[in-house]
Amino acid sequence: MSAPAVQNSAAPRRPARRIDVALAALVFGAMVLWFAPVGMGRYGTYVLSLWLVMSIGVMGLNLTLGYAGQSSLAQAAFMGLGAYAAAILTTRYGVSWYAAFALSGLLTFAVGLLLGFPALRVRTHYLAFVTLAFSTLIWLLIRNEQWLTGGVYGISNINRPDFFGIKLFGALEFHRFVVVVTLILSLKLWWLVRSPWGRAFTALRENPVRAASLGIDTRTYTLLAFAIGSAYGGFAGSLYAPLVEFIDPSPFSLSQSLFLLLMVVAGGSGYLFGPFVGALLGVVLPEWLRFAGSLYLIIFATIVLALLVICPQGVCGLIERGWHALRRKTGGAR
Amino acid sequence: MAEFIAYLIAGIATGAIYALAAIGFTLVWQTSQTINFAQGEFVMLPAVLILLAVKLFGLPLWAGGLLGIAVFLLIFGAGFKLVVVDPMIKHGVLPLAIATMALSIIMKEGAKDGFSAEAQNFPSLVPTEMINLLGASISLQHLAIILVAFAAIGLLQWFVGGTRLGRQMQATAQNPTVARILGIPVERMVLLTFLLNAALAVVASLLISPIYLAKFSNGETIGLFAFIAAIVGGFNQVRGALVGGILIGVADSLAAAYISTQYRLAVPLVLLVAIILVKPEGLMGRKEERRV
Repeated sequence: MSAPAVQNSAAPRRPARRIDVALAALVFGAMVLWFAPVGMGRYGTYVLSLWLVMSIGVMGLNLTLGYAGQSSLAQAAFMGLGAYAAAILTTRYGVSWYAAFALSGLLTFAVGLLLGFPALRVRTHYLAFVTLAFSTLIWLLIRNEQWLTGGVYGISNINRPDFFGIKLFGALEFHRFVVVVTLILSLKLWWLVRSPWGRAFTALRENPVRAASLGIDTRTYTLLAFAIGSAYGGFAGSLYAPLVEFIDPSPFSLSQSLFLLLMVVAGGSGYLFGPFVGALLGVVLPEWLRFAGSLYLIIFATIVLALLVICPQGVCGLIERGWHALRRKTGGAR
Repeated sequence: MAEFIAYLIAGIATGAIYALAAIGFTLVWQTSQTINFAQGEFVMLPAVLILLAVKLFGLPLWAGGLLGIAVFLLIFGAGFKLVVVDPMIKHGVLPLAIATMALSIIMKEGAKDGFSAEAQNFPSLVPTEMINLLGASISLQHLAIILVAFAAIGLLQWFVGGTRLGRQMQATAQNPTVARILGIPVERMVLLTFLLNAALAVVASLLISPIYLAKFSNGETIGLFAFIAAIVGGFNQVRGALVGGILIGVADSLAAAYISTQYRLAVPLVLLVAIILVKPEGLMGRKEERRV
């Protein structure tokens, strides 16, 4: 008689506790990263910051792909838009970085809406085609419109922002700034995903027909997920520009967009921590694979391909699967 | 006018090559719902493999050619289906499409590291002379490309529509379940489609490489244009892929000549977006019923 009662009381508590774990992990991770680069040197710190910036871009794409089930082949182009917007506004017009950051997000959000609206009107996987075209067009614009973007020479001497009067010129100071921004953005996403909105996104991915029949306006939600995901690309770009202090067209090409998509899948699409793992594989792995030279791209792509064949849920899915197997084992032993 | 004809012929020639790639693309899509993002690399690689075989084993060109083509058909016709598509197809269209993106990176970087990062000359099978036609000087090579490509497409049409094997393949593409009931070896037919796709890629590679040279990064543009050609023409139509390919080739050639060389790439892209907005099923395509 007491057994069902225990089960009943345990069941509703579990989801609440799991959410706290995600939240705690985010905050704890940020704290670790705050202190992590001590003694790592300038370059190590830079790589860590780059990882976080890429994670933001991948996070946005994860929302589009992992939660709304749409593939965007233009995330690098959105990062490019954000990066160039931030660079041009801050270097040429003396706009403060914070305003430029917000404007980049708004710009990419608006472009996402404009792009997604006609594409999603048709059929779902047309978004992939439209973003493919868009990504190439943006790249052409960046490369050819020299008066605005500096063409292949790019824009240099991009200043790093202040934080209430504290200069963030040093690698460590700017890294900490990136940590804070990443934490805020990922908390925002964590909140979004577990809000009714996020539930609607997930419903879309799991079964669009059923979601529609439950009264969810699927097109609007898909469009919003894509636009918000694109805005994260813009945010990532406007952090990327002051981090590297120099931008040129090459990191915003179509192949980079595909690379970002592979990062989402490698980390585990639809998992909150997937983007961090994916970006780790995409950004930090090449540093470890220095000895392999340019082969690292092949190694990365092979890992992704193998993951897709073995476990399409990516590294996070693999961990989850292993965790469940472990729990079942210990449960059986007891 | 003479100039215009020359650009038109050049456009049709490159368009015919895009059409070859686009047809392979639609064939694979029809039989196994594979959106192959590595299609451009499929066209890039045969030429690289042939040159590699010649370089590594010191073979004469014809033998290197045969070896390269055989290896390509084996790995990227049969192997692609068995190793990548078969285990992935049950996870759905999207993961498989992403897997082909990973494959394209592997192929591109593999060609760069295993062969050369520089563009290499690829021998042309026809003399690179210009002939005079109606006052326009036209490259013999372009005419040969048009001839070969159309012959290949004609042959394919005859095979699909006029032979028993081809009809079985078509039946598999249209309705695998019924095809299986009718006793058609569906698995073998799907494999045949992948081999055909690889063979079309080989033809396209042999035709385009003498002009654009053999380079690891060639696949990016070819793949993009083949992709656009397939969508513009109609995703589920061989005829559509042909029309789309020619259209894209001509649009690209004329845009480069009369609009801007910097933005020549933009014209097919704009065409793509326009088609998606106005006639999403493609110029020659039928409307697909929504699957619930």
